[in-house]
Amino acid sequence: MATVTFDNIKKRFGPTEVIKGVSLDVADGEFIVIVGPSGCGKSTLLRMVAGLETITEGELRIGNRRANDLEPMDRDIAMVFQNYALYPHMSVAQNMGYGLRIAGLPKAEIAAKVQDAAKLLQLTELLDRKPRQLSGGQRQRVAMGRAIVRAPSVFLFDEPLSNLDAKLRVQMRLEIRELQAKLGITSLYVTHDQVEAMTMADRMIVMNAGRAEQIGTPLDVYERPATLFAAQFIGSPSMNVLEGEGREGALWLGAARLPNPTGHRGPVMLGLRPEHLVPDPEGPIAMQVQLAEPLGANTLLHGKLETGQGFTASLPGVHTVAHGGEILRLGIKPENMHLFDRATGLRLG
Amino acid sequence: MEKRVTFKGWLLPLCLIAPQVLISAVFFFYPAGQAVWQSLFIPDPFGLSSQFVGLGNFEYLLGDPYYRASFVTTAVFSTLVTLASMIPALFLAVMADRLVKSAGTYRTLLIWPYAVAPAIAGVLWMFMFNTRVGVVSWYLGQLGYDWNHVLNGTEAMGLVVAASAWGRISYNFLFFFAALQAVPRSIIEAAAIDGARFWRRFFTIVLPLLSPTTFFLLVVNIVYAFFETFGVIHTITAGGPQQSTTILVYKVFSDGFVSQDLGSSAAQSVILLVVVGLLTVLQFKYIEKRVHY
Repeated sequence: MATVTFDNIKKRFGPTEVIKGVSLDVADGEFIVIVGPSGCGKSTLLRMVAGLETITEGELRIGNRRANDLEPMDRDIAMVFQNYALYPHMSVAQNMGYGLRIAGLPKAEIAAKVQDAAKLLQLTELLDRKPRQLSGGQRQRVAMGRAIVRAPSVFLFDEPLSNLDAKLRVQMRLEIRELQAKLGITSLYVTHDQVEAMTMADRMIVMNAGRAEQIGTPLDVYERPATLFAAQFIGSPSMNVLEGEGREGALWLGAARLPNPTGHRGPVMLGLRPEHLVPDPEGPIAMQVQLAEPLGANTLLHGKLETGQGFTASLPGVHTVAHGGEILRLGIKPENMHLFDRATGLRLG
Repeated sequence: MEKRVTFKGWLLPLCLIAPQVLISAVFFFYPAGQAVWQSLFIPDPFGLSSQFVGLGNFEYLLGDPYYRASFVTTAVFSTLVTLASMIPALFLAVMADRLVKSAGTYRTLLIWPYAVAPAIAGVLWMFMFNTRVGVVSWYLGQLGYDWNHVLNGTEAMGLVVAASAWGRISYNFLFFFAALQAVPRSIIEAAAIDGARFWRRFFTIVLPLLSPTTFFLLVVNIVYAFFETFGVIHTITAGGPQQSTTILVYKVFSDGFVSQDLGSSAAQSVILLVVVGLLTVLQFKYIEKRVHY
């Protein structure tokens, strides 16, 4: 168990800077999710913690010890890989015990520890099998088991669920979270799936193009996105972003007049989450509905505004629309309006 | 997921396999049959007539101490060639695999020796180690070692092994290198995190994963040492001194074409055929079980 500190960590491959300075203090036992689109540098960041990539600049501390120049094996970490990276010629038990065998533990002790971990992960029946005789979910568990057996200070997960089918993913998500809570081991978890990020994280880092756009609890990021990117990346369906003009006491979207929650003047970007929109005959937003997607609990309505811009609303219950451009009037509470600077994308107010 | 082409009728499939069957028949089954047939006869010294002797040729061979010595020579030679061509190749491949920069250049240079024909390689090595004008033997002389593979059977064996293995290293390197590149990075990284240092990783993870390639090369190299090293031996030592480098294939040639004892030569090639067949069966039966595909 340990804290992990990133102090302005940077990574350059030749002239290309892929991590542009990330700073973060991870508390002991905390579950941090690093989320972002592909190519944002999230895996590179994790691999730098593992010691599989060098750190160009900045300092990494694991448990108050500078880790920049430590070999992976000396960092007291365990990693679960996207493709599980099980040793194909070894049985499940040998896979899990490999690290202990390298460390030179006596055979009986290795067997006992492997048994304990196997019991925890319900792998006892499979200990003699080879990885190729296992299903995807079982392989995933073995990879977890291999990490647990060594009782590391930090767990690193590199998109561990992306090779599983949707149902198994939901189940393993819960299992990983429960296990981590039970063991209390500091964890860094990389994913591109914002649902995983929302459901698993104590805190999450939203990464974009080598930068941490926002670091905060999932609800923090959802309710008060710090940048336009974070706002659009988190939340499903994704946030509607419209160009607006802030004036005295009001915010104008073309001809539509909305309240101005921050009092900011001048051109802004306005973000409205589809699920925060409510049907309101007096509402300022007029949407021409083109398509309805009933999901049972709610209905997604896709269409466009008077300005011609695409727009999505998510309304509770079942909504039916007649074909061909029914006009729906919508309203929104001022506290659910997110304003961003048009040039920098930073949150206003 | 098996893809199978189904044919209607039998004419087209027959035409498709005909070339292969024809080539095998003309260049393998027919000569092999001839060898078996000839091994039952002894021709007269002028090659004008031959006399049926049944298994007489075989009986004579098995009682011949030179022939039995040739078996031992072949075993020693092929073991040494296989080891001397596979171990350095694996080592070079591991080193080339570690390189990030200019790996391509090293790879190309390491493959070059394979392009040299065995007989030419033999001549090359023969000149280098020539007892009178050889560069290497001169240096050895300077160091106080009197190199003379023409008289010393052990040195002669060493030289033909080196000459045969040298070109072969390139071939083995190519396969080992490709196999190393195919080992998933993440498995190596997982082992590194598990605490295994480079050579430990190599012996516990990488080498087992290379076993299909190693097995394949083992079979191919033994067959190479048995048959294709003829050119090297012929140019360097011609089987000498005192038959110390006369492997089975070379004896087939020297007894048949130099000594004109075609019956014995044919009998020897039949025995060779059986030996190689048995070796291959043994290899597949016992070694393949330990190979992880």
